[in-house]
Amino acid sequence: MTSTAATAKVEFHEHHDYTGGKIGMWLFLFTELLLFGGMFIVYAVYRYQYPQEFHQAAMELNTLLGTINTIVLLTSSLSMALSIATLQRGKRKVSLAFLSFTIFCALVFLVNKYFEWSDKIHHGIYPNSEELLNFEKGEVLFFGLYYMMTGLHGIHVLAGAIILSIMAYFIAKRPSEKYYFYPEKLKDLQGSKLVIINQKGEEIWNGATINESVDQFSVNIKRPLTDKYIDKNNIGKLENSGLYWHLVDVIWIFLFPLFYLIT
Amino acid sequence: MEAEVLVEENKQGNSPSAIPSYLEHKGRFRGIWSWLLTTDHKRISILYLVSILTFFAVGSILGFFMRMEQMTTGPTIMEPQTYNAFFTLHGVMMIFLFIIPGIPAAFGNFILPIHIGAEDVAFPRLNLMSWYLYISGAILALTSLFVGGLIDTGWTFYVPYSLRTGTNVSLALFGVFLLGFSSILTGLNFITTIHRLRAPEMGWFNMPLFVWSLYATGWIQVIATPIIGITGLLVIAERLFGIGIFDPSKGGDPVLFQHLFWIYSHPAVYIMILPAMGVISEVIPAFARRTIFGYKFIAYSSIAIASVGSLVWGHHLYVSGQSYTASVVFSLLTFLVAIPSAIKIFNWVSTLYKGSIDLSTPMLYALAFIFLFMIGGLTGLMLGTLSVDVHLHDTYFVVAHFHYVMFGGTGFGLFAALHYWFPKMTGRMYNERIAKIAWALLVIGFNGLYFTMLVLGYQGMPRRYYDHLPEFHEGHIIATVGSWILVSGIFLMLGNILYALFKGRKAGQNPWKATTLEWQVPTPPPLLNFVTKPNIPEDPYDHKFRF
Repeated sequence: MTSTAATAKVEFHEHHDYTGGKIGMWLFLFTELLLFGGMFIVYAVYRYQYPQEFHQAAMELNTLLGTINTIVLLTSSLSMALSIATLQRGKRKVSLAFLSFTIFCALVFLVNKYFEWSDKIHHGIYPNSEELLNFEKGEVLFFGLYYMMTGLHGIHVLAGAIILSIMAYFIAKRPSEKYYFYPEKLKDLQGSKLVIINQKGEEIWNGATINESVDQFSVNIKRPLTDKYIDKNNIGKLENSGLYWHLVDVIWIFLFPLFYLIT
Repeated sequence: MEAEVLVEENKQGNSPSAIPSYLEHKGRFRGIWSWLLTTDHKRISILYLVSILTFFAVGSILGFFMRMEQMTTGPTIMEPQTYNAFFTLHGVMMIFLFIIPGIPAAFGNFILPIHIGAEDVAFPRLNLMSWYLYISGAILALTSLFVGGLIDTGWTFYVPYSLRTGTNVSLALFGVFLLGFSSILTGLNFITTIHRLRAPEMGWFNMPLFVWSLYATGWIQVIATPIIGITGLLVIAERLFGIGIFDPSKGGDPVLFQHLFWIYSHPAVYIMILPAMGVISEVIPAFARRTIFGYKFIAYSSIAIASVGSLVWGHHLYVSGQSYTASVVFSLLTFLVAIPSAIKIFNWVSTLYKGSIDLSTPMLYALAFIFLFMIGGLTGLMLGTLSVDVHLHDTYFVVAHFHYVMFGGTGFGLFAALHYWFPKMTGRMYNERIAKIAWALLVIGFNGLYFTMLVLGYQGMPRRYYDHLPEFHEGHIIATVGSWILVSGIFLMLGNILYALFKGRKAGQNPWKATTLEWQVPTPPPLLNFVTKPNIPEDPYDHKFRF
């Protein structure tokens, strides 16, 4: 074979911009804060308008369950931070354990919330119920806001749990990446052979021949799992998920006194 | 990371050919999937452009029929309820599906990365996702209009009517929620791109002004849009569960809805206009063949408009019963926004002075923009004045003012962008003579329609009325005839563009002799935009460094 060794140079880029990812995440967190901010404004307006009724309605809420949920969420934020810190040090299994504990806390929170809501609904306190419509107007609004705000927060807890589970999957998964190459004028390369050549010019791998049926080739690269690898490529995503989780926690820290502690 | 694939060659003379354009590039997917699954900012921009112009065409036809209805007193071609549905549908489509995503998502996506010397946006997959959110939102909003009766609330969805109407407001609002999410992702992506992906030599003040305007727009998108999201969710919860927050019978406050709605929707008009101002700042130096006058003033005025414009929403509530003090403050702030807008106008006009002006189609649209936007801006000042607004509120005057800034402003800015960047995006040139005829029809029809509406509104013709009193009859006839000219202009323009897409002659690399980076790359650009390292002059509009 006349090996003229033409080089089909294909550049591919790994777009991992750690700082860019962080900027994007923080901007997204701003939008989340503003989403809840809209409701906090509504809360402020009605609390100002009906202080007495809000006080009355808050008595109906179960402070014990609320406190337990606060502790659960605060603990989960700790384990989230620990999960990131251990992964930064390359301790993958410990990190996974902390992350699983965080997800567990999220589920405990949701189960707790379920019992709390079903108790209220059992007593006839839910939006548009006959029981609730007999209450004072301010109390109707209090429970309207209660269901809306804790409900939306609950959806965020659920979303957080799902995101963290995906992160757990990515940490647990062995790295295997597929890259596609699209050399120009593939037609001209028909009958050529795909080989990998090391720095000394020796063929270390000899692949299939490129025939008419080939219109692209992909290379499946299995990179060794090193501490450096996790550090460099995965930690940004985990940190951003952690930021999201802390946001969910912070919002609850405000919801808790505004609904449970104003008696 | 870079990799090399060595291929043993058994044929001689394999020379690297010219790099294929993004339209010819063979990616991972074939056929339609190479578009629907692409993460290339240029292909996504084309996806947006096609969807946006489609919705614009449909929205124009709806407006055309609304004008037909006003041709005579009494019923002309439709029932009153159909008319209500038409102005709602027209508003929702034009605002949420056409004009808000319009320039940033379609042209910003294409041009922004090239303008700053980047290969793509910061989050290409998010970019594609935002298009899918846009399409899902559009499908939901449009489905809701036909499932469960045509929506009749107007695009503002004011409570308590939007709580009581039997039509499918919830689905439409969820559509708006998704559209808002799409808008947030675009803004977030652009801000990050501008911060992180500028070429090393590209400082903040070497950036073209279009990028500055998109940066300011991005911040409004990120900061204001969540409020419409939560407002929509609250109305949905109100309709589904009756939580009472906007329902007066349960103690809720409908005016609170208006506040929340306009906290987003007023800044949203700056989401619409700022990118158009950016386009004009590109087109004017390109066709006046000289650098822009007052670069920093134009750049900072974009930021000033974005920040002050976020604090003026209360001028929509002068007659809704907000406190008098609040109205005075909002009125003052409204006047303040006029200052940075006027700064831009003065700078554009100064740029033209002693320029060697080329009256090609994009320039004609830019000049029309300045003229129409000035009428829109000055009538805006009238509406921002407390005493005058009491008389003009909810009349055709408001509608005409809004169309002067949004259609005469953003719409014409978008047409300028379309004619300016069309050769770069598609590699083809449209028929210049037909484009100019379409422009003339648009300008004549536009003023015939909306200037008449300004007068009608001043005389007291209320907006959103199905019928009119005999004293307004003449004005309505003039406006309707104007709408015919306008619509014929729109379809002549779109037809010309569509024809050029398939049959237009090939465009060169720099048909306008412009200076910014997109004219340094081949037409149409290759996959990662730049073949060689771009040459970045200190002044983006320096005609000495033309390529």
